[in-house]
Amino acid sequence: MLKLQNVQTFYGNIQALKDVTIQISEGEIVSLIGSNGAGKSTTLMAICGIVPPRSGEILFMGQPITHMEPDRIVSLGICQVPEGRRIFPHLSVLENLDMGAFLRKDRSQIKRDMEYLFELFPLLAQRRHQAGGTLSGGEQQMLAISRALMARPKLLLLDEPSLGLAPLIVKRTFEIVRKINTENKTTIFLVEQNANLALKVAARGYVMENGRITLTDSSENLLANEGVKKAYLGF
Amino acid sequence: MITFGQIKKAVLVSIWFMFLTFPIMVIRVNPVEHIVEWRWKNMLLVGVGSFILSFVWHYFIRRKELGAQKAELGEWAEAIPLAQRIRSKKTLYKPALVAAGIFALAFPFIFSLYQTNIMASALIYVMLGLGLNIVVGLAGLLDLGYVAFYAVGAYAYALLNYHFGLSFWMVLPIGAALGATFGILLGFPVLRLRGDYLAIVTLGFGEIIRIILENWNEFSFGPSGIANIPRPSLFGIDLSVHNATIYIYYIMIGLCLLTIFVVNRLQDSRIGRAWIALREDETACQAMGIDKTKTKLTAFALGAMWAGMSGVVFAAKTTFVNPASFTIWESIIILCIVVLGGMGSILGVIAGALVLILMPEYLRALSEFRMLAFGILLVVMMVFRPGGLIPNVRRTYKFEGVANDEKS
Ligand SMILES: Nc1ncnc2c1ncn2[C@@H]1O[C@H](COP(=O)(O)OP(=O)(O)O)[C@@H](O)[C@H]1O
Ligand SMILES: [Mg+2]
Repeated sequence: MLKLQNVQTFYGNIQALKDVTIQISEGEIVSLIGSNGAGKSTTLMAICGIVPPRSGEILFMGQPITHMEPDRIVSLGICQVPEGRRIFPHLSVLENLDMGAFLRKDRSQIKRDMEYLFELFPLLAQRRHQAGGTLSGGEQQMLAISRALMARPKLLLLDEPSLGLAPLIVKRTFEIVRKINTENKTTIFLVEQNANLALKVAARGYVMENGRITLTDSSENLLANEGVKKAYLGF
Repeated sequence: MITFGQIKKAVLVSIWFMFLTFPIMVIRVNPVEHIVEWRWKNMLLVGVGSFILSFVWHYFIRRKELGAQKAELGEWAEAIPLAQRIRSKKTLYKPALVAAGIFALAFPFIFSLYQTNIMASALIYVMLGLGLNIVVGLAGLLDLGYVAFYAVGAYAYALLNYHFGLSFWMVLPIGAALGATFGILLGFPVLRLRGDYLAIVTLGFGEIIRIILENWNEFSFGPSGIANIPRPSLFGIDLSVHNATIYIYYIMIGLCLLTIFVVNRLQDSRIGRAWIALREDETACQAMGIDKTKTKLTAFALGAMWAGMSGVVFAAKTTFVNPASFTIWESIIILCIVVLGGMGSILGVIAGALVLILMPEYLRALSEFRMLAFGILLVVMMVFRPGGLIPNVRRTYKFEGVANDEKS
């Protein structure tokens, strides 16, 4: 479904991604783990076209999207939940959701999708008129995921959904991620520093170090891998 | 209530001011008699004056802080300004609106022609303020060259009438279209800029337009401008100066209503929300598939359009245009209207325009101190009401409980 081929990305003269090759099939949950500054967020930004690669190729459902504008890429069915949630603080919950559906015109379907999300997250339904900035961290994460789902993505990119959340909320978030994957058949690319959790949800994983993919295997094998254990699982 | 600490603070402030103003207020060199005069009396005045001012200033700051504490404790009614309380109550809002409407319609018959004329000018600024409010208040793009679009509209009417004899009503939509076109032209090069950089580049753009108008004699008749621009005619009938003034007043009322209607609709539309979203977080917007370029250009175009239209009315009203009417100072006044009134708030911008344009007219006696008063007003406002005269409702968070109150 998604294929990154030798992607290289730069910030000015600093190379953030070196020869990154990743492949994701339809219906999968794949995780990308790595320490702070490894280039995980940059990988997602490259896929979304916000920080386009200098060389290499990105294919989505067989179509090259390497140098497409971000809005075109979203319209093809890729949506990102950015790191740190980044919801719009002065817009209400409903308005935040509507921004997720920015490229869609089907009013009645949008309404139905909102109702579905409010069923999924009853807390958001209670706060639908409240400004996004007044929500708690956990609620903001739910809103950020809902907002991305409003775009009806075929591929959902999640950037560190566990960041700064209480363990119980993190657990709920990952349950939701799994639910979205099974119920809506949404493919999920999950970026995490919390390798332990990510590898439990995902079937496969990639390990990134200093902008390079150093390892890829099934989650089981990664969890058993000595190097991964030492670097990311804290054993 | 008055503590020793407060007095000490005020004394320190007054000493500091006496020290600061010492060279200009106390020392005077008399070059004729070759002596230095020491005006100690001035020093005393400065000292006492700044002592009192500092005391009053701190008193109000304390009151404001107390107010903020109360608001945090949940006493919302105190914190919500009067205008908004009227707005949120249907039983008060409707009659207030009707009263304002009747007053506006009856204005030329109650007051003199002079007053009507001034009011029409103020309404032009209401329209300009509402237009700039789209760019600055909603989209968060600091535009210091807004007057350029105003000039485009004014010169569009002056020149199209001079060369082709086009009438006011024909040029009005053309002025709007030209304004929007210039908005896009300015928008393209500044798309990547934000904040300070954007402000400087737009400021430059405004000056470029003015300088072109001043120096391109063959095109715009240079600094001497264009005179004898016809006032608008009513169904082809030319009106006397008296009637034309009243007519222009009503045209402005109509145009302002149109602006309010459109801006109100825009605010609640998807593009309006996208402007707010873009102001808050560009990257998140891109991740949602909001086209940054298109959204910003729309804001520039829709904002400039109103300036173009008000420029046409301005030319018809004064029957004379020259580049001196479109200096950077105009841009700053319009920006002050938006900031002082309340960014993003329609009612606020209207209030801001009326205060800032009408006050100097009625305080002509104090015209020497106009700039000083203007500066003081801005500083005081920004300290005590940073949201503006009538802040945008969006800023006050809406809780479920409040929404229920409205329904009942
Ligand atoms: N906007 C930026 N400008 C310059 N360098 C950046 C920018 N964003 C990230 N980087 C650099 O790129 C590298 C990868 O960052 P990032 O992708 O955010 O890592 P991660 O998400 O894995 O923590 C880091 O060295 C970081 O300093
Ligand atoms: Mg990151």
